[in-house]
Amino acid sequence: MSDIAIELRGIDKSFGPVHANKHIDLVVKKGTIHGIIGENGAGKSTLMSILYGFYQADHGEILIDGKVLTIKDPNAAIASGIGMVHQHFMLVDNFTVLENVMLGAEDSPVLNASISRARVELKRLEREYALEVNPDALIQELPVGLQQRVEILKALYRKADILILDEPTGVLTPPEADHLFRILEQLKNQGKTIILITHKLREIMAVTDEVSVMRRGEMVATRETDKTSVEELAELMVGRRVLLRVEKGEARPGDVKLSVRNLTVRDTRGVTMVDDVSFDIRAGEIVGIAGVAGNGQSELLEAIAGIRRAAGGTVDLNGSKVDVTGLADPADLRTRGLAHVPEDRHHVGLVLKFEESENAILGYHRDPAYKKGPLLDIAAMRADAEANIARYDIRPPNPRLKTANFSGGNQQKIVLAREMERNPDVLIIGQPTRGVDVGAIEFIHKRIIEMRDQGKAVLLVSVELDEIRALSDRILVMFAGRVVGERDADADEGDLGLLMAGVENRMEAAQ
Amino acid sequence: MSNPYAKLPGWAEYGLIPLINLVVAFLMAGLVVLLVGESPLEAAYHLINGAFGRGEYIGFTLYYATTFIFTGLAVAVASHAGLFNIGGEGQAYVGGIGVALVCLWLDRLMPWYVVFPLAILGSAAFGAMWAFLPGWLQAKRGSHIVITTIMFNFIASSLMVYLLTRVLKPLGSMAPQTRTFEAGGQLPKLDWLLGIFGLDIGNAPFNVSFLLALLAAFGCWLLIWRTRLGYEMRVMGHSPSAARYAGIKDARITIIAMMISGALCGMMALNPIMGEQFRMQLDFVQGAGFVGIAVALMGRSHPVGIIPAAILFGMLYQGGAEISFEMPTISRDMIVIIQGLVILFAGALENMFRPAISRIFASAASRGSAAAATKGA
Amino acid sequence: MDVFHMLVTVLESTIRVSVPLIFAALGGLFTERAGVFDIGLEGKMLGAAFAAGAVAAVSGSVWAGLFAAILISVLLSLVHGYASITQRGSQIVSGVAINFVVFGSTVILGEAWFRQGGRTPALSGDARFGTITFPFAEEIRPVPVIGPIYADLISGHFFLTYLAFAMVPITWWILYRTRFGLRLRAVGENPGAVDTAGISVVWMRYRAVICCGILAGLGGAYLSLAMTAGFVKGMTAGKGYIALAALIFAKWKPLNVMLACLLFGFLDAFAIRLQGNPLPLIGQVPVQLMQALPYILTVILLAGFIGKAVPPKAGGVPYVKER
Repeated sequence: MSDIAIELRGIDKSFGPVHANKHIDLVVKKGTIHGIIGENGAGKSTLMSILYGFYQADHGEILIDGKVLTIKDPNAAIASGIGMVHQHFMLVDNFTVLENVMLGAEDSPVLNASISRARVELKRLEREYALEVNPDALIQELPVGLQQRVEILKALYRKADILILDEPTGVLTPPEADHLFRILEQLKNQGKTIILITHKLREIMAVTDEVSVMRRGEMVATRETDKTSVEELAELMVGRRVLLRVEKGEARPGDVKLSVRNLTVRDTRGVTMVDDVSFDIRAGEIVGIAGVAGNGQSELLEAIAGIRRAAGGTVDLNGSKVDVTGLADPADLRTRGLAHVPEDRHHVGLVLKFEESENAILGYHRDPAYKKGPLLDIAAMRADAEANIARYDIRPPNPRLKTANFSGGNQQKIVLAREMERNPDVLIIGQPTRGVDVGAIEFIHKRIIEMRDQGKAVLLVSVELDEIRALSDRILVMFAGRVVGERDADADEGDLGLLMAGVENRMEAAQ
Repeated sequence: MSNPYAKLPGWAEYGLIPLINLVVAFLMAGLVVLLVGESPLEAAYHLINGAFGRGEYIGFTLYYATTFIFTGLAVAVASHAGLFNIGGEGQAYVGGIGVALVCLWLDRLMPWYVVFPLAILGSAAFGAMWAFLPGWLQAKRGSHIVITTIMFNFIASSLMVYLLTRVLKPLGSMAPQTRTFEAGGQLPKLDWLLGIFGLDIGNAPFNVSFLLALLAAFGCWLLIWRTRLGYEMRVMGHSPSAARYAGIKDARITIIAMMISGALCGMMALNPIMGEQFRMQLDFVQGAGFVGIAVALMGRSHPVGIIPAAILFGMLYQGGAEISFEMPTISRDMIVIIQGLVILFAGALENMFRPAISRIFASAASRGSAAAATKGA
Repeated sequence: MDVFHMLVTVLESTIRVSVPLIFAALGGLFTERAGVFDIGLEGKMLGAAFAAGAVAAVSGSVWAGLFAAILISVLLSLVHGYASITQRGSQIVSGVAINFVVFGSTVILGEAWFRQGGRTPALSGDARFGTITFPFAEEIRPVPVIGPIYADLISGHFFLTYLAFAMVPITWWILYRTRFGLRLRAVGENPGAVDTAGISVVWMRYRAVICCGILAGLGGAYLSLAMTAGFVKGMTAGKGYIALAALIFAKWKPLNVMLACLLFGFLDAFAIRLQGNPLPLIGQVPVQLMQALPYILTVILLAGFIGKAVPPKAGGVPYVKER
């Protein structure tokens, strides 16, 4: 018996051109809580999916309890004592707690015996770990925190010694999260090994014994938690990148063009995604929203664009009210001077099966410029598309080519051209350079600055902190649905990193 | 990841793959012919000969094709908006009521060229009405369009039996059908059209509704690819999230697309009622609503593909009659098998052959570029 | 007394016409609860009815016929499974296709093999199911009320009739009291949960589809081996679709399925019995309205005007492991 629970050696995994895990080494000691931290897309989830048998690594080996194992499917992972609490719960909503716990771990073809054993076992787990939950309650009637508890019970019921939790606090309220941490503490004291994946520094500092930092598919460092600091971790996480510089002059802000007051948005489950957010954007300035993905930025953008209904608050566009809580109509907002570059160009901003020229009018297809009698003016559409292609250097320069056949950068230019070339007053942009090649990034950044200099009010959302810092005149940081701070463009990177990780000021972090 | 299969050239996508699906469907049908102890080649000969051997046969083939162009277009229009209209059968039935009412009212008073436009309106309006409810229920109440349209097929067929046995049947008659229309309710044949090619139409009921079908095909092409409504339908069909982003009202598009689809199905009724039987009989639709599904799948939901696919099925219907005459063991129900196989291979299993074909194209392409590279060096 | 007698006759034929509906709808229950929609119930029943009629006629054994019915229906289910589970094609399109292929094949093969206008030869003796008479049925018959109910409603049906009604609690038990049922229901609601629990989603769905094939096969066999003495062209006449409607009407629950099938069967039997005679209080009701009523009721239910029919959450969607 070694005191090492898990050892990963040289794990490597690619999805097509994306190199998600680059030669990862990791050692997790028995009976500890080991944090894995990193920005979105750093490769944390992929690594854990390999450990849980969802994917096979291209290279490398996994050692559990000192023995090399091949984990070819979740069954093998379960058999070797690994349990996983997924970010999106893997529960059957209209099943009871008991049924969910049993599913896949039944003892015999007829359930009676399994049910009584599960009942007894749940009672025992409840006593041992203070994991109270009514075994006969339906999942859909339980609050999110209890649903997560069921996920933990599922793993324990399968006699998991190693528990992986993937972003477990994303859906929890702060008191629920604190409760979870007490449970994890308890599990650790009982000898379980816990791997906690998160992007929140506060959590790492609060509960882990050791922490490993991932960045862009690589494992960059492992530290003992009490011998490191939030500042060091934030820097390791973000890295010392080549500073992104974009030529830009002083902003000359004019009148308020977009005014958001107390905006609140809930998702279909009723979880608050945007919490009482207020800000103004003036003509001729770029306001950037920084934050780790999933902290409400997407919902904020969608609510302003009229795609998602808000639960409360007001939005004024050009001084007149937008019915964000009712039936705001994206088509109507466009005619009122709002342009929107959505975060997801594949599913929202473009119809990939359309010709380029057809996508060049998406959302503006009711514009009289494209009307010829009862028909669409195809010639006018193509002429506009040709003009955009020339101005934005979209390649290949063929307005009749299917959009799916353009590269990511050129697809993004198609969207940008469509939204920018109509002289909007307010431009809201989500993830302008996600999946875009380096050459196009520079071009896109220049265009965004030009828009500002032409007196447009620009709202920019990006998970790339560099991009936010390079382009914005003011930076708002969102965390857990709230705007937790506002900084100038030349704000310190570490300071922003702490805000993004939910640490409101350094004093708190130091405690 | 977004595109699991390598890109195929257009001719392979729209020509080769449908052709392979068709060939496989016919091979399977050939197996059935073998199973009943007949020769598939002989059957194929009778099929082709029966469909095209004489002017009269061609007339019949095109008569059936007319019907299938309408129903095929109907399924295609709905599918462009992401809707599966399996209720063509019922919509055609109800469309027939529209045709019959106009004819019964005006056939003795007006010439055909006055009655025909009104009958077109009647058929389209009634068919659209029968598709409106499923569309509305899908858009506003979230009931699944496939299930509701199936239910509406059965409701329509009960309604039809009721009307033809109780309401529209002339007094003293036993048969469940309307009275025979006078001259105003009879469409002229297109004998001159086949005459151009030196063909004699004989008894074939090939009539002017064929021209209407061609017009409808052109209209559908305009609608789908050249109007803002068609544009919005296609956005919704490809990507509901992009439609929401573009401010397209999905409830409105769902209802309108279903009504257009229903109207096309309704217009199908003109062909048998005013073009062949000159009265409305109980079973005048004869499964044409379902054939439309096969035709639309085969024709890749494009009018240019739908017309040849409809003619193919017209050929099956007419040639199939000839087979059953020459080879009594093979009845016209053979067509239903082929229709089912086409739906299976061109629809549910459309991706079965694609990976292999993509691989062939990919390896050919890489070999081609490798060859070009060596040549360049 | 006359009214009572009529009621017994109507209820008796209600049972008779409900049996294939119950088999098919329970079959549909298995696949749809596992997330595979099936509008091919009609085709499966028809194919099974033909296989049963043909094999029983040739072999002279009703059991050989029953076996053939189940075999054909399961094979058709596997085709549907291959298209919709393995190839991830459209479940609706696949179901439609199977209905057509079967309809055409049964006519062609029937005519080729038996030359009786699409019929299979009339069955008699061991080639057909006989009715089962309960002890003392004749002795009790004269007893008022209880007599006819025992002799005509409870006794005197086919083996398959009793099996159909027995399948209702059995289905319930399988679904809610066995490991298989637990996993089957889970795979129709959240296949991800099943996958992460280390169970194969594909194999679960195939097994559900096979269960459907067996039950639809029994329904088809009932048509040609019990209800009628032999196969008749297109003899399902939309029963597969009515079963589908009943399944939705029953909100995918076994006991409700039985009640919905009995209700739809009753409407059918009642309409035939009525034959244009006026109803007390309501007056003349067209037979066609009675025949359309199951479909109308289902549409109203689907529209959410009488309760809400919530289909299994993962229904109709091929499972793709998310990245």
